Amino acid sequence: MKIKPYGDTLNDGKVQVSFTLPVEKSQKGVAAAKELAKTMGLIDPAVVHAESIENGYSFYVLYGSLVHSVDYSKIHVEEITTKALSRKEIEKLIAKEFDREIVFVGASTGTDAHTVGIDAIMNMKGYAGHYGLERYSGLDAHNLGSQVLNEEFVKKAIDMKADVLLVSQTVTQKDVHLKNLVELVELLEAEGLRDKIILIAGGARITHELAKELGYDAGFGPGSFAEDVATFAIEELIKRK
Amino acid sequence: MSKLNLDNFQINECRKHSKAIAIDVQAFIDKHSTVSVERSVLRLLGIDGIDEFSVPISNKIVDNVVEKGDISLGISLYIANALHSTKLNLGDYIRKYIDEDLDITVYPHIEYSKVDPILKPYYEKHLKKIKNNKTKREEYQKVYATDNKTDLYVIVATGNIDEDVTQAIAAAKAGADIVAVIRSTGQSLLDFVPYGKTTEGFGGTFATQENFKIMRAALDKVSEEEKRYIKLVNYASGLCMPEIAAMGALERLDILLNDSMYGIIFRDINMKRTFVDQYFSRLINAYSGIIINTGEDNYLTTSDAITEAHTVLASQFINEAFAKKAHLPEELMGLGHAFEINPDIEDGFLLELSQAQMAREIFPNAPLKYMPPTKHINGNIFKAYQQNAMFNMVTTLTNQSIHLLGMMTEAIHTPFMSDRYLAIKNAKMIQNSMKSLGDEIQFKENGLIQQRAHKVLNEAEALLKQISKEGMFNSLAKGVFAETKRPIEGGKGLDGVFEKNEYYINVVSKRMEEFFNEN
Repeated sequence: MKIKPYGDTLNDGKVQVSFTLPVEKSQKGVAAAKELAKTMGLIDPAVVHAESIENGYSFYVLYGSLVHSVDYSKIHVEEITTKALSRKEIEKLIAKEFDREIVFVGASTGTDAHTVGIDAIMNMKGYAGHYGLERYSGLDAHNLGSQVLNEEFVKKAIDMKADVLLVSQTVTQKDVHLKNLVELVELLEAEGLRDKIILIAGGARITHELAKELGYDAGFGPGSFAEDVATFAIEELIKRK
Repeated sequence: MSKLNLDNFQINECRKHSKAIAIDVQAFIDKHSTVSVERSVLRLLGIDGIDEFSVPISNKIVDNVVEKGDISLGISLYIANALHSTKLNLGDYIRKYIDEDLDITVYPHIEYSKVDPILKPYYEKHLKKIKNNKTKREEYQKVYATDNKTDLYVIVATGNIDEDVTQAIAAAKAGADIVAVIRSTGQSLLDFVPYGKTTEGFGGTFATQENFKIMRAALDKVSEEEKRYIKLVNYASGLCMPEIAAMGALERLDILLNDSMYGIIFRDINMKRTFVDQYFSRLINAYSGIIINTGEDNYLTTSDAITEAHTVLASQFINEAFAKKAHLPEELMGLGHAFEINPDIEDGFLLELSQAQMAREIFPNAPLKYMPPTKHINGNIFKAYQQNAMFNMVTTLTNQSIHLLGMMTEAIHTPFMSDRYLAIKNAKMIQNSMKSLGDEIQFKENGLIQQRAHKVLNEAEALLKQISKEGMFNSLAKGVFAETKRPIEGGKGLDGVFEKNEYYINVVSKRMEEFFNEN
């Protein structure tokens, strides 16, 4: 089944696009915006609004019909099938199923200095109104921060008796994250720990499918919150009991 | 005239409690110093730069004394000792110190009374520079005087100071009055301030003195073109609060995020460290005429904006009390709050209006900082634009002073140039179209809006009373703010806190305290 964006008629392909161009607002700018829209695959693009943003920049709003379509029946996504519980539900579940705190250890590993992802999931404040794991009762969350080498991470996992390891990778230039993620799996296997631990990867370029391929239990990409990660981990721990 | 019919007696009670809280903590502050306070002293003596391993000289010297000397005497003594023994001026000594990898603790201690005279020429030079900056700001604000009650505040966060400048200029030209350069992720947890111009950061640009200077120069230029003084903001809260305050003072920043508790609650920085640091940092802010912005808004990103509204008010009272201790006048107290109630809640807008009006009435002279919705904003940019419009209306109706513009792409990416432009236009349209509405309306006697304000004030009073009874340290340990518990001995940076020796000397804070007592 081939589909296109829906405006007001099936498969009319209507889309809206807006962007800024680094030129003054002018007829030439409008024509440039239109040209760009055509290269995006928009048939008959219309610049419905053009406005100067001062200082040599201009803003455009366009509509057009997308030439492209996708075959919906051929779309395949590897999805995490567990439905995320709320924080309260997760806390209740832990209290019911375990008589101890569940230990989560997370870090941005390798040379990656970016903690924005791991902080969003783990820190008290959380992200976009979703509390981080530190706030969960029944759960002992340790955020080791950035640039934690895999060896050190594994050592900490042993010291802290981690149940769940969260690995955040933000920098993906030259696929440095893939090498680093695989190395961690190998280290855990060498220590005989891989099966004893729930191993989860996260980051802007991480998908569940990719994480599974690399030997992780799950992967979480953009738009994931602490409760998504916690739900998966806790339910997986219960399954493995 | 009060629209909310607030009880003045009750407001005074709140101030009494918060004053008691601040006095109690100040007794602790007065007995302690920290490595970052000492490093700030070095910076205000004129010590800048890094060594061959990129370690700031100020860190190197303080660490040297921590390791081999007695930091409880204060770094001022060690510098004076060195200058006295070597007969060198400070610049020459520091060069020698670095080149020859000297140990600053080897010189004989000089008498306490000799320290200040030796260091005076150095700190006076930099304090004079700070005073000149203050005068220059005042001149700009006189020349470009405005009757505008609300300043529009935007952020730039490209990670590259050059790109930040481009975006800041565009924002200023589109109508922004205040530009904040967001810091690189995690900088608040660095126990040093990076050095020099930087063009790589994540989620923001490193706060360095050179970056401050670059942005200030760019904004001065655009201020003159636009005939409006564009204010520059950066962030002090973190492990280097007083150092950033010193650098901001030297480079004429106008506003610094400086909360007495933010680092403790949201960055897990030790509370002793934060309280001592915030004091010296605010003392520098007061001396340099820099507005502080406090971070109460953050409570509502973790806690519920309806049930925890009183914690925001209570914290504003506490921040005010701490600010007074550091000689900050009300005109420099940019107390924070936020528009964070779930937009799907019935009459939520009225509750926001009530809270904002209440803050305005209780702190009439403070340049209140009002934060846009973030918690209930998701990827639906069209809904977000509407939420921001409601937020803009509350500001216009209640005369908030520092108005952070909400971005429709909040929670997606750091703002595109067009996001910022559309946000400014959104706010400007509402400011213009609804300009006098606030003057025209009154709230119904004992109606929903008044009742809400009374309820929040009641709860804030009770909370302040409880905190003053239990003490600030214990209250934070119990998690009174943002439902976050922080142990007194926990968190980062505690090892940088030390008790002052009875012969401790800090020539800069001594001079500043004298200045405030004279004036």
